[in-house]
Amino acid sequence: MNHFGSVVAAYMFIWGILMVYQFTVSKRVSNLRQEVERLKETLERGKRN
Amino acid sequence: MASRIRESIFGQALASVSVSVLIGFAIYGALIWAPTEKTMGFLQRIFYFHAASGEVMILAFCAAFIGNVGYLIRRKIEWDWLAISSVEVGLIFNTISLVTGPIWAKPAWGIWWDWGDARLTSTFVLWVLYIGYVILRRMIENPERRAVVSSVFGVFAFLDVPLVYFSIWWWRTQHPPPLITKPGGLAPDMLKVFFFTMAALTALMAIFIRQRYKLEAVRHTVAEMQIEADYRNEGGAK
Repeated sequence: MNHFGSVVAAYMFIWGILMVYQFTVSKRVSNLRQEVERLKETLERGKRN
Repeated sequence: MASRIRESIFGQALASVSVSVLIGFAIYGALIWAPTEKTMGFLQRIFYFHAASGEVMILAFCAAFIGNVGYLIRRKIEWDWLAISSVEVGLIFNTISLVTGPIWAKPAWGIWWDWGDARLTSTFVLWVLYIGYVILRRMIENPERRAVVSSVFGVFAFLDVPLVYFSIWWWRTQHPPPLITKPGGLAPDMLKVFFFTMAALTALMAIFIRQRYKLEAVRHTVAEMQIEADYRNEGGAK
């Protein structure tokens, strides 16, 4: 098989970047959801007081 | 509410599994099922994902353009969310095509890059323009001002998209001419794999844009809640 290494490098890059992107978006969503929960609690506390 | 969330999670999981299966078949098609090309041999198998990424990149930037124009006409923030989501996803596919191209070019042409090539250079300029779009957004805090300025810049950046797409028709380039539309360009089995890969990556692009759009919606909710919390803290609720 000729240039097997180039094909492997290209495909590894593709899957690497797609996985990293998916991970960063999931992480950002999860951080924001935590922020929503924190703000909900703050607002609830404010209402009670 | 709980059932809606459950439905949404189920829908998202189903879509993710379906796209994963499609991508799995596309990899199988590109690396195993498609016949080996006579001149370039195994190296040509980069083509399926490299060229499909380029096409999907153009689709994503078209969606961004629709978002930018939509915002400028309607002034609804949801259009801006569509624009930034599509730009970010388009940049991922733009990067894939910019990196996999030279990996293929070096063994095939003997050079990594040719600045005199219209397709290569215009694609790189496109990447720089949309990176600029993302940086520009980070520099503006006011959401409305950010949406207006980035929409205008987005419309300007999109001018490069037709240039990228038609460069191989308009100029003689090192980059190969369109093999897909040319009679006798690609073997029928290769064409099948290419179109299947493009469909799989388009589905992936749609999922990514949807997910990124939701992120922007949650960010908006956080900003609104933060304003309310600040208002209460300052005694506005009294």
